[in-house]
Amino acid sequence: MSDPFVKVEDLRVQFPTEDGIVGAVDGVSFEVAKNETLAIVGESGSGKSVTSQAIMGLINRKTAKVTGQVLFDGEELLSARPDQVRSLRGKRMAMIFQDPLSSLHPFYSIGKQLVEAIDVHQNVSNSAAMKQARDMLDRVGIPNPDRRLKDYPHNLSGGMRQRVMIAMALLNSPELLIADEPTTALDVTVQAQIIDLLRDLQREFGTAIILITHDLGVVADMADDVVVMYGGRVVERGNIDDIYYRPEMPYTWGLLGSVPRMDAGPSTRLQPIPGQPPSLIRLPKGCVFRPRCAYHELVPGNRCDTDRPDLLPVTPDHAVRCHLEPAQRREIAIERLGAHTVVDNSPAADATPSATPTPASGGTQEEK
Amino acid sequence: MTVVDENDAGVAARRADALLRVEAVQKYFPISGGGVLKRHIGDVKAVESISFDVVPGETLGVVGESGCGKSTAGRTVLKLLQPTGGRLEFDGRDITNLTRKEMVPLRREMQMIFQDPYSSLNPRHTVGSIISAPFKVQGVKPARGVQSEVQDLMARVGLNPEHFNRYPNEFSGGQRQRIGIARAIALRPKLIVCDEPVSALDVSIQAQVVNLLEDLQDEFRLAYIFIAHDLSVVRHISDRIAVMYLGRIMEIADSELIYKSPLHPYTHALISAVPLPDPRAEHKRERILLQGDLPSPINPPSGCVFRTRCPKAQDRCAEEIPLVREFAPGHFGACHFPEERSLI
Repeated sequence: MSDPFVKVEDLRVQFPTEDGIVGAVDGVSFEVAKNETLAIVGESGSGKSVTSQAIMGLINRKTAKVTGQVLFDGEELLSARPDQVRSLRGKRMAMIFQDPLSSLHPFYSIGKQLVEAIDVHQNVSNSAAMKQARDMLDRVGIPNPDRRLKDYPHNLSGGMRQRVMIAMALLNSPELLIADEPTTALDVTVQAQIIDLLRDLQREFGTAIILITHDLGVVADMADDVVVMYGGRVVERGNIDDIYYRPEMPYTWGLLGSVPRMDAGPSTRLQPIPGQPPSLIRLPKGCVFRPRCAYHELVPGNRCDTDRPDLLPVTPDHAVRCHLEPAQRREIAIERLGAHTVVDNSPAADATPSATPTPASGGTQEEK
Repeated sequence: MTVVDENDAGVAARRADALLRVEAVQKYFPISGGGVLKRHIGDVKAVESISFDVVPGETLGVVGESGCGKSTAGRTVLKLLQPTGGRLEFDGRDITNLTRKEMVPLRREMQMIFQDPYSSLNPRHTVGSIISAPFKVQGVKPARGVQSEVQDLMARVGLNPEHFNRYPNEFSGGQRQRIGIARAIALRPKLIVCDEPVSALDVSIQAQVVNLLEDLQDEFRLAYIFIAHDLSVVRHISDRIAVMYLGRIMEIADSELIYKSPLHPYTHALISAVPLPDPRAEHKRERILLQGDLPSPINPPSGCVFRTRCPKAQDRCAEEIPLVREFAPGHFGACHFPEERSLI
């Protein structure tokens, strides 16, 4: 990995509620380099969206406690003054939200909303701003950009609105783009167009992208690195091949086994994760995933019930939060995901991956 | 409408043991002008002459982009919407023109599962009363009493039977969907239309519900019409798949066949657009990007409705509506220039 452009260190976000403190994000750390895409994967309530809002400084500090560090190009954002963060937001870092209909203002024309985003950060004339807005609409593949500038959000289809959102995010050529479920509300054909567009723009501007999604297909398509979140914590972190072909965490196995695959044979049965995602108010004492994990009995001394596992490295890039022994994990992964993942990997790139578990298992044990 | 005849070839080859037979069914929604008179100024042609059949124990998947008419089609074949044209046959009986009242006894055999588990359950009713509603409506009195029947159903779909006195807000999305499923199977129907049943659920929960639907199908020999925009899920659960575009069926075939050798350029584009959860395989795939959006169903393009976005469109596509033809046994499609490899 090259120089981290964005570095999140031990990020914690807590919301006090009547029922108790909700630890939405609990000690999350990761890095993103320029020109790279990091995917944050998890189910609802895993803390993935709150993490991104914390990076963007969008969490109300009066109602939530945010601690840790967010380094953006060397600058610490969590302790920065609100106006400092505001001058970055929309300019050097931007966000694409999931639902374009509720993120665009229904009363203002597309042109007005785009020009506003330019006016805040650049000192240009109205006509120059309008031209920039027009060019950006063209750039994101909106036909008839001149006419669209005068349109209102309700005049546009879902795919078009999402493009407007992307155009708005890109107006000031941000160096970091956070895309929170950017294609979830869209049809696959439009999703393919949007993914293509994001990739093109990344190539052109060298943008660092944090992609938040639950769609493992989109992740496979776009990401360089993946962070798997569960119950507000990172439970596994690695490059794309680690996560898809050498996953080590029972939750990651569960996710991969839950997704139906277009290219699978007709009679394969899905392997769902039993139970439901945890309530963040009363998290289990030991491993957060323990109530849904089929393998906790393999760990001696009920440690999954009592000790929170640490996020420990398997290889320098790949870390996992699990009490199982690395050898056990590898065995189960092969058994569960079989042909599609671990085994599928061995003929092509045998040398490196199959060699990794041995030093890694030693390393992990030493650290315990 | 000349369109009605075009599906004859398809209809002729339909199966004899069909539970549901849909022949050239149309559903138009009239648009009225402003002013006092509310003149009829056009129609939204939501479903335009679709034909298919479903046999007992089979799952027919219906896929397409939003606005392609798949949900309207699902509701129309259950007669929750009155078809504008065409013919519907259920269990050998013509139900096209049955009145609401005449439909009531048939409702026992055809049910629906909805997308949104939050809005499809009455928040003021207990789970027990929601699941027992079908018994009351149909006047069915199970031998062992309604409550024990409801509790059996709850256990069958993976809910704790003790919870029959709870309200929907006490359940998670996945559990609510199970409540909806218990309600749908309460009277042992023969056909269930599932309209995006798992789209609102988390991935891990989605798999639980898909497996439950598969088990129930095996147990009760249910026929499903499974409507969804997620091709991977549809491909997983379906025996056959119908691909819809702008109110029409573009292609219908065995799900294996449609994935391996799609003959319609739209199907091909749709399949190529779904990213595989496998980075290496994914990066090797070639994607067909469709330009633009779905045209308006009020003024659909002339000829083939897909021609405005079709990478292979030619003059003929604008002039002539492609007929539904059988390209291989059980593989129907409507295209003038089908994909080459489908001919193998």
